Amino acid sequence: MRVVVERLSKVYADRRGRPVEALAEVSLTVASQEFVALLGPSGCGKSTLLQVVAGLTAATAGRVFFEDAPPDRPLTAMVFQEFALFPWRTVQGNVEFGLEELGVPRAERARRARALIEMLGLRGFETKYPHQLSGGMRQRVGIARALAVDPAVLLMDEPFSALDAQTRRLMEEELLALWERRPTTIVYVTHNIEEAVFLADRVVVLSRRPGRVLDEIPVPLGRPRTETMLGTPAFLETSERIWALIKDQARAALVQ
Amino acid sequence: MTATRRIPVTDRTRFLRRPEHRTLRVAALVGLVVLWEALARAGLVPVLFLPPPLGVLREAWAMTVSGELLTHLGASLQRLLIGFAVGALAGVAVGVTVGFFAAADAVGTPIIAATFPIPKIALLPLLVLWLGLGEPSKVAVIALGVFFPMAINTVTGVREADPLLVRAAIAFGSRRWSVIRKVILPSALPMILAGLRLGAGTALLLLVAAEMVAVESGIGFLILHAGNIMATTKLMVGIVVLSALGLLSQWGLARLERVLTPWRSPA
Repeated sequence: MRVVVERLSKVYADRRGRPVEALAEVSLTVASQEFVALLGPSGCGKSTLLQVVAGLTAATAGRVFFEDAPPDRPLTAMVFQEFALFPWRTVQGNVEFGLEELGVPRAERARRARALIEMLGLRGFETKYPHQLSGGMRQRVGIARALAVDPAVLLMDEPFSALDAQTRRLMEEELLALWERRPTTIVYVTHNIEEAVFLADRVVVLSRRPGRVLDEIPVPLGRPRTETMLGTPAFLETSERIWALIKDQARAALVQ
Repeated sequence: MTATRRIPVTDRTRFLRRPEHRTLRVAALVGLVVLWEALARAGLVPVLFLPPPLGVLREAWAMTVSGELLTHLGASLQRLLIGFAVGALAGVAVGVTVGFFAAADAVGTPIIAATFPIPKIALLPLLVLWLGLGEPSKVAVIALGVFFPMAINTVTGVREADPLLVRAAIAFGSRRWSVIRKVILPSALPMILAGLRLGAGTALLLLVAAEMVAVESGIGFLILHAGNIMATTKLMVGIVVLSALGLLSQWGLARLERVLTPWRSPA
């Protein structure tokens, strides 16, 4: 299975109706079971790219397709920055949502949701509502909801950036452990260089608006990833290299 | 050595505190009744104009025993419940349609805007002309009164549904109908329930108005008839029953809200 993004452009109208170019001819390929990070300064259209891949917004030009996607699984599932949990559904209800829409029978739904709830350390919280949970627990529900449908590609849109720094680090490690135990294809949007390098196999660096691919940087770190890798020369050099790429872009975005 | 000057820090937000004053709440209500009784007993106001609470209570008991009160209450409740149910269901259905579909919005919004400001009592003669003097015209005016707050609140609720949640549902495979049922409706539910409360007040008002035209039963008839024959105590029984009906419906709807929207209660 491969995800191919081909010369994708997106222009949308801002509030005054003026055209804004969000993405300009972005092309990239994601291989099966690859963990790719999309990295760029704020407002580089990286979230827009993810939305196009998920079919949540239309591209202006170019196309996205899935090659040899498994026929019996949904193409994508999404983890949102703001969690986007349904407040009127319990943890169990939220995790079951995608399965419900796939037409999975009730008993099977409950069984699969329970397995994910277990895997993400949400046991005992099944009947809680999202507002009764901490941010970290809420995003665990968001991840469980996405993994429950077993998508061909898991799309993660800055999933941990609404969390505090400590929770964020813990969640990153949990995600890695989860992924190493059960490899899936992940496209992970972030603006955080260290996070991208720590998690991904490959970092696709986007320019600021209109987003273009500046470079694709492979991460020369082995698996499983551990915290001790954060201080290694390979980690630091890769981070430096990416920072050098986007430093000017970020500065320009700052004074805009 | 000079003495250290210590400036204690006090809580400067104290005046913002709002204690519940439970006893005061009860006392206010009891006080009103006691004042009323005292005024009547002191003979300051003729009993014909203001019958004392105890007298009203005695009359209510007598009317309950004779079955008179229950007959009137039953007739009123039947009109109220049918009218309320019809108006509420139609209001939610129209509200969701107008709120969600652009074409329905284009058709419905101007029509609702034009018809909403009409005081519904003004339509009663017309409804009597159309539907006759019987029950349908009474029920219809109540349904109309409930329909508008329900429809308008539902439209607002539908519009305020979080677009992020709609997107999330679509990201997990929801199509149009599923989005309406699983995201739009639960999002709008708090507004719909607020609409029910508004509608309950309107329904009571229209009930009494409708029962003052060509009927032989109902609380509205009881009040009008008692007034005509100067039976002030009976009249007061009718008013007290209306007050109780209003309180009861608001209390019931508040409970319904807690049951139907458990995610809104504090953690």
